[in-house]
Order: sequence, then C-alpha cells, then structure tokens
Amino acid sequence: MSEPLHYLPATELARRVRARELSALELLRATLDRIGAADPHLGAFLHVDADGAERQAAAVDQALARRDDPGPLAGVPIALKDVIVTGGVPTTAGSRILAGWVPPASYSATVVERLRAAGAVLVGKLNLDEFAMGSSNENSAFHPVRNPWDLERVPGGSSGGAAAAVAAGLCAGALGTDTGGSIRQPAALCGVVGLKPTYGRVPRYGVVAFASSLDQVGPLARTVGDAALLFEAIAGFDPRDSTSIQEPAPRLADALTRGARGLRIGRPRELELPGVDLEVTAAVDAALDVLTHLGATVTDVSLPHAAYWLPAYYLVAPAEASSNLARYDGVRYGMRAGPPEQSLNDMYARTRGAGFGAEVKRRIMLGTFALRSGYYDAYYRKAQQVRALIARDHERAFAEVDLIATPTSPTPAFRLGEKTQDPVTMYLTDVFTMGAPLAGLPAISVPCGFTPEGLPVGLQLTARALDEATLLRAAAAYEQATDHGLRHPPEQNLAGEGRA
Amino acid sequence: MAALTREDVLEIARLARLHLEDDEVERLRGELSAILVHMERLAEVDTDGVEPMTHAVPMQLRLRADEPGAALPVEDAVGQAPDRADDFFQVPHILRPAGSGDGRGGAGGPT
Amino acid sequence: MTGRWQPVIGLEVHVQLATRSKAFSGAPAGFGAPPNSQCDPVVLALPGSLPVFNRGALELALRLGLACGSRIRQVSRFARKHYFYPDLPKGYQISQYDEPLCDGGTIEVELGGSTRSVQLRRIHLEEDAGKNLHQPGGRASHVDLNRAGVPLIEVVSEPDLFSAEEAAEYMRVLRQLCRWLDLSGGDMEKGQLRCDANVSLRAVGSTELGTRAELKNINSFKFVHHAIEHEIARQARILDQGGTVVQETRLWDSVAGVSHSMRSKEEAMDYRYFPDPDLPPLAVGDDVIERVRASLPELPAARRARWRGELGLSDDDARHLASDRAVADRFDAALAAHGGGAAAAKPIANWILGEKDAAQSTVAPAHVAELVRLVETGTISGQTGKDVWAEMAATGEAPTAIVERRGLTQVRDEGALEAACAEAIAAHPTEAASFRAGKPALIGFFVGQVMKRTGGRADPKLVNQILRRLLSTDGASR
Ligand SMILES: [Mg+2]
Ligand SMILES: [Zn+2]
Repeated sequence: MSEPLHYLPATELARRVRARELSALELLRATLDRIGAADPHLGAFLHVDADGAERQAAAVDQALARRDDPGPLAGVPIALKDVIVTGGVPTTAGSRILAGWVPPASYSATVVERLRAAGAVLVGKLNLDEFAMGSSNENSAFHPVRNPWDLERVPGGSSGGAAAAVAAGLCAGALGTDTGGSIRQPAALCGVVGLKPTYGRVPRYGVVAFASSLDQVGPLARTVGDAALLFEAIAGFDPRDSTSIQEPAPRLADALTRGARGLRIGRPRELELPGVDLEVTAAVDAALDVLTHLGATVTDVSLPHAAYWLPAYYLVAPAEASSNLARYDGVRYGMRAGPPEQSLNDMYARTRGAGFGAEVKRRIMLGTFALRSGYYDAYYRKAQQVRALIARDHERAFAEVDLIATPTSPTPAFRLGEKTQDPVTMYLTDVFTMGAPLAGLPAISVPCGFTPEGLPVGLQLTARALDEATLLRAAAAYEQATDHGLRHPPEQNLAGEGRA
Repeated sequence: MAALTREDVLEIARLARLHLEDDEVERLRGELSAILVHMERLAEVDTDGVEPMTHAVPMQLRLRADEPGAALPVEDAVGQAPDRADDFFQVPHILRPAGSGDGRGGAGGPT
Repeated sequence: MTGRWQPVIGLEVHVQLATRSKAFSGAPAGFGAPPNSQCDPVVLALPGSLPVFNRGALELALRLGLACGSRIRQVSRFARKHYFYPDLPKGYQISQYDEPLCDGGTIEVELGGSTRSVQLRRIHLEEDAGKNLHQPGGRASHVDLNRAGVPLIEVVSEPDLFSAEEAAEYMRVLRQLCRWLDLSGGDMEKGQLRCDANVSLRAVGSTELGTRAELKNINSFKFVHHAIEHEIARQARILDQGGTVVQETRLWDSVAGVSHSMRSKEEAMDYRYFPDPDLPPLAVGDDVIERVRASLPELPAARRARWRGELGLSDDDARHLASDRAVADRFDAALAAHGGGAAAAKPIANWILGEKDAAQSTVAPAHVAELVRLVETGTISGQTGKDVWAEMAATGEAPTAIVERRGLTQVRDEGALEAACAEAIAAHPTEAASFRAGKPALIGFFVGQVMKRTGGRADPKLVNQILRRLLSTDGASR
C-alpha cells in the first residue's frame, strides 16, 4: 500500500505491530506528529495524553518481545470522545462545568478498560458538543471543530472531534457516543464509517450520560473492517451496567466477507422528505443501485410514525438529560461559581448558569418542563408511548426486510454558524438518525460518495436489534465495490499554521 | 398549551437551579415556545392503551450480590471538590430551624 | 383529644436496611466510619457511574412485606425523584413511585387490651441520602456522603391510626418487627428508623378526612407520641376557633417542643418523577417469594399466641419473651433442650426474663434447661441456682460441671443433717426455748443456722423436718 502510515486501516496497523514489522512506539510517535501538525487546523482534540499513550505502547512492545499476545488492537492509536471517563486523565464532556476534573485513577469506563486489554493505545480525548448535545460541534465550551474536507464547515456532532480526527488520520479509529445520531451524522459529514450499536450492546459504565435510554458508545473508523474490529473489542455484557444485554460479544469476521447477495433492503416512503439535498439523494440512490448489483433487493417499506421521531426524541432526550445533569451542582467536583458568601440555592443556580452553555441550558429547561407534574402525562409519557409505536413500526418493517436505508443526514456538512441561530433547524439535521435510537436498534453510516464540491455523503443502514453483523456485512460489501474510502481530505487543509 | 410566559421560564429555571440573565430569559421563552409547537404534534397520535416505552430494549433488572467492594480513598472522594473542610465537602450554610436535626426537608426535601 | 375532633394519622416510616453494601453499588454500608470513606463513583455520582441493585436489599424488603401480608408486585419499578440538596449527590433519589414493591398489608397493634389491624398502603424501596452537618452559627455546612446510597424501605400506612398513643404503639410494633426480621437495628436515634406523620382532624362521627399537615423530622422514639399529640392540639385549637387547617409540611423541633411551617414559595417542590432509565423493571418471581417466605422466622404475635395456648404462659411473660427475637429464640431452644414441655415453661421463662439484659445473655439455652432440671430434681436449691447462673453467665461453664466442681449438691444425708441441726439447737438455747414457748416463726432462724453450717448445701425441706422433730422431742425429754 502506498498510503501514509496515518491513513492505514487499524486492521493493517495491528497486523504490522503484531508481526513486529512496526513497533507500537514508532506508530505512536508518527501519530503524535500527525496530531501536532494537523490538529491546529481542526481542533479535534481537547487533550493529548502523550505520556499515558507512551506507557501503553511500550507495554505492547514489551508483551510482543516476551511473545505474549498484546491483543487484536495491538499498538493501534485510538482516541476517545471526551464523554468517556479515563482514570487519571481529564474528562470534560466538552463543558466548562467539568473543566479541570480528573477522574480517580481507578475509575475508567468499561470501554476504556476493554480497549486497553485489546492492546489499543489511547492517545487522547476528543472535542464534542457540550454533554453530547448538538449536531455541529459548535456547542463545545472550548472551541469548535472544523471539517477536514472544508475548514469553513462543521464536522457534524456531537462526536465532531472523533469524526474529524479519524477522517484526517489523527488516529486510526475513535469511540464516540450516539444518542440521536451523534456518531452517524458526523461520520457522514466527515466521510468515515460510524456505527451505533444496539442499545445495551456496549456498556455505558463510565460514559457521561446524556439520555440514558438512548445513549450508546460506538466506533468511528475509516473502514468497515476497522469499525468491526473496534466494535468486537468493546461490545459484550458488563455487570456494572444494568441495561447491558447478556449476549456474548459478536464475532464478525464472517459477516465482512459474505457479500450483499440476498439482502432485502427497504426504503421508508415516509422519509422521502422535501428538505433533502438533491446531491444527497442522488448519492444514496446510486449506493442502493450498487447494492442491487451486488445481489440485494430494494423495496419500499413503511414507518408510519416517522414524522413523530423528532418531537418524541426532543422530549425524551432532554427530559433524561435534565435529570442526568442535576449532579453538576458545584459540590463534589467541577466548577463552582459565585462568592463564598451566598445562599445554597444561589450557589447552585450561579454554578449551573455559568457552567452550562446555551444548548445544554435549553435542553435542561425543555426536559424540566416536560417532567413537571401536570405536564408529565401530556409530554414525557406521551412521547414514550409514541416511542413504543415507533419501535413497533420498525418491527413490522423488519418482518419484510433485513435493512432499512436512508441518507444519514439531509445535507452535507454545513457552514460554521449557519444554523446556530435557530435550534429547530439544527435539530432537523438529525431527522433520519433519531429513529434507530428511539427503537433501540443498530445503525451505521457508510461513506457513499461526494457532492460536486467534494463534501462526503453518508448512507445510513438500520438493522434488527443485535444484528450488527448484517449492517457490517452490507456496509463491507458496498465498501469493497466502491472506492470512496480511498479519498482523504485535501492535505493542504491540514498543513501550515493552524487556525482552529 | 399557549406560548410560555416569562414567569413559566423563571419557574422552570428555579426548579432546574439555573441562573438566567434577563436576555436569556426572553430568548428561551421564544425558543422553548417554538420547540413546544413541534412537540405538541404528538397529541395527534392515538396512543390509547399503548404502554410507554421506558427502555429501548425489553429487559429485566439484574441483581448484585450483597458483597461490599472497596471504597475510594477519601482523597479521591473529596480531593476534587471546589470547596472542602478537612474530609468533608463544604457548601454555603444551610438555613434551618433550630433543633431540626439534619434539616432533611428543610431547604431540600424528604427522602 | 378535645372531644369534638377525632385525629386521623398516617405514618410514613423509613427503615434503613442492614445490608453490607449500598443499594445501588458495592460501596461498603458501614456505620460510624470516617467522613466520606464509604464512597465509590456511584455514591459520589461521578459522571458516567451507573446503579446496579443489591439483592440483599430486595430480600430484606420482601421479608417485611411478607410478614405484613402485603401483596408483592411481580413487576415493580424504580423512579427518579428530583430535588437539589448537598447530601443528594445525583440531584435525584432513586425511589419507587407508582409501582412499589409491596401494596397493602397490615400491622397488628394492641392497645388497651384490644388488637387492631392497621392498614398499610405500600412498602417501597429507595436509597438514603448523605448527611449535612450544620456548624452552629457557622458560615458553611459540611457534607458526609457515607450514608448516601444505603438502602431504605419506606413503610406507608393508610390514615388508619386514631390517636397519638396508637401511632406510638404502631411505631413500637414496626420497630420490633424490623428487628425480629433482621431488617434493621431500628434505632431512631441513629436514624435507622425515621418517622413522618400525616395528621388531620375530623368532627367526631364524620367519615371524611380533614386537611392534613405533614409532620417531619420526628427523630427520636420518645418524640413520636409527643410530636403528634402536639400537632393534634394545634389543629384542634385552630378548628375550635373556627379556623381552617392549612395543608403544609411542618418540621418538628425537638428542642423547643414545637413545629414550624416549611411553607415558602421559594421552596415549592416538584419532584419530577419518571422511571429510572438506568434500571429496568424489577421482576420478583414466585420462586424468590417462596424462598423468602420459607426463611421467615415465626412472627412475634404467632409466638405469643402459641406460648399462651400450648404452654400456659401468662400474657405478660409471653409479651416480654417476644419483645426480642434473640430472647424468644433462647426460650424456645431452652424449652426444647429441657424436653419437659409446658411444666418447664414457667421456670425457664423466669430464669431467662430474670436476667438484666436478656437479649445479650451469654448463657446457652441448653445450660438454662440443665439448670432448671437441677433445681427441679432437688439436686441444688433455687438459691444455689442463682449462684450457679451467675457463674454460668461469667464463664460459660455448664451448670452440672459448676455444681460438681464446687460441691454444691444438696446434702440429704439424714444422719449428717441431724447432727448439724442438733448443734444449731445446742448453740442457741434461748431461741430453742422461745420456739418451744410458742414462737414457731423461729424455725426460719434455725434453718438459716443449719444452712450456714452446711455451706448452703443442705436440702432446706429436709432440714425443716428434722429441726421440728428435734425441737419437739428434745423439749419432751428435758
Ligand atoms: Mg414519603
Ligand atoms: Zn422516602
């Protein structure tokens, strides 16, 4: 392969490290160099843990020297969205209210422990919309992230740092979180693969909660094979998460080579929406043609309640968020605002008023409203009932098809500042991605081409619960039949003086 | 539901313990009212007899054996507090009637 | 109270469950540890921490539910109850709201010789908060989260108590039951048991409930009666003057012996309950219920009835023995070891209840039975038995061994006793003469003298007989 090291797939990097063709420390140094050169243009990282990464890389090399197995991700540089708790390493959730918080050394997310056990080298923490609330990464309390394909555009959100870092080769893969589309939408806007697993498939222990009944951790990667490798490493039952599904971690090698023949793919009529970019529609149509040529069949299906995804989501998610964010109170960790002499309630209100950004406050307000007594039945409970109908729609559709296909995002990456004035317009960017988390289903975004301006477009596939294998199977078949994955962001965007 | 009033916004902010500047109150009043218009479309959906879906995947609670594990070292517990006194977290003085024990239900609520 | 009004009282009682770890995490649930030393990420509500429920807490809650005859829900649910307070780390308490673990049930209360079944509304599971420590006159408060996350049950009665006495008795019975079932130490002063009271008055003869006030912070057993009595009087005064009672929460101030209103717009609560998305529904299968039911000890009321009926114990003895399960169990074990059935019940009860702190006794039930048998057979006197008991309690040695080692067996050798009696009479000629002259009460004096000479080991009955014989014959021969 003529690819530079930083664009090699994680599968290839792990192979080279395990074969001792490349040391983990060499790979880490190349990665840190790449971050040092390119990140000033992107702002993807909030923290680079060079020391910790070096210890992990050295441990991998030592294990290999002893002929021990360092794991399937040996030496592979991975970065984490900064809602994933890393013991001894700052974790901010992109919020001022957590600025400076360093979790106890003994407290790390289960997914962090699993990546380490698999031999991955965790290079740092990635920028995001504050508390994972947003679709453009402009809600980071620290700085926005720029899209490596066009620095004037957003990378999507909330896992914007993860998508940008992976797309620009700042790490071989990343973990993000997806609540209403926060892995898939930025993956689409940055031209990478993003997988949101089935709810309960990947442990949430140690993942800063946004909306507990929706949140899932998943991989962002440059290839479908890399996404599968990361997913295998992090999936599986965890006794520390009461919502973790008691299923063994899936084995996916098979799925990646089975091809698309015989797969039944449905296109929901209700999601042929007027606001979708023509270029996006064209790319998705072309992708489904490719899959048809590969032996899949494409039919229409119905998701009758698709029009209610957005209102259901924007009641359930903020309600749970308003509850999950009550712990940020200036007492045990994080910041406190106001003078030493103040009432308790003033301390709370000032700390939370100053510590949270505008979008987080908006959602806390919305969620608090929806849970108030007297409003609960008409808002929160009603939304959960509609959610049950949305899940039933999917169940019925999956009686007829194996996968549901839509665009991931109605538009390619939009300009920084373009949608910040109107929250509802911003919320509409997740119109295709909210269904899967509401129904608890796995979904993936796969690069499916580019607009004439050179902006990536993503194809979203949704599958039955626990059927990530079929998602990855279709995505892998499509990826092999096309060459979108060979394109990388223009290198001139990432050279010279940084501007992010 | 009519549009939110300024008082609604302030009451919600009080419940959520969020200090809002005056301009924020007005902006949120408009934004939340606009968002709620979208939310109210849910009323169109017939949900008679539909069980609310509280969990994305049907599951039952798993139970943990009653076996104590390790506690965090005290320094890990209180070391990151914005204000502490010895090994306690320190907060602004909580007003309470004299002799009312630890004041549960005073400024806060019952358990 | 004041003739015209009937008080109607409902109690909400929080019971700390004596588990080893916390309700939703493995942090130790130790009491009295240094501040903030019983915390883990879940207790501190660190970002990303998640709850996992403790099976031990469920089983303890089921014990009380089954003991009270509550209906156990096959599926119950945890909800979040929101309010901001420094001792509540998550900003919400995990509790149960509209789907509690137990519905209904009763608690038997005896008052003035009659028994009544007080109706329960529900028993639900929840977690405790930490402790805020207010420096008197200080400028800051301190927070210790050791108690945060300790499992609680909340036992909610119907408004089915009609006097302060009845409420206090209900609390006593509930505390006894919690101890009996090993749920909790039940110590109000340690906060293991906490009581909130809903009090209202209605015109005598009316069936409608009046407006109620909720009385909180009754933090000692001795205040239950007093605080409720005080609230009844307060409301009666208002109603007598033609006023109306305001629905409100009032805080009991045990120092001043008054309550204060907590009403304030600033503090208006809206708990914003919703099902906790981190905790799927709690399913309790019949197998679990039957296993817990099978493990329940015989309950105090059943045991008292059995003792009265089968053993003929007095109501008073039965009540005392049943005041504590350790005492009751020791009684039953001693009775079984003795094997003598009803006849042995009273002496065994006497020995066990005769101890200062019967619940803490170190005397083994088998030894109690053995001692009773020694006295029964006349091997030792009752008086000697008391000495033996003291030694048993101190050393744990078996009574037979003590009696043998110390040579305490009663002397019943008539020849030896006759000699001792003769000596006693000879040594006290004046008293002997008085006895013969018609002072029969002096026989006690001589028995005492003989006991002294025999080291207390003489069989007093036999001594009595011999003395009477000698005192009459001697007199005749002189
Ligand atoms: Mg209550
Ligand atoms: Zn309670």
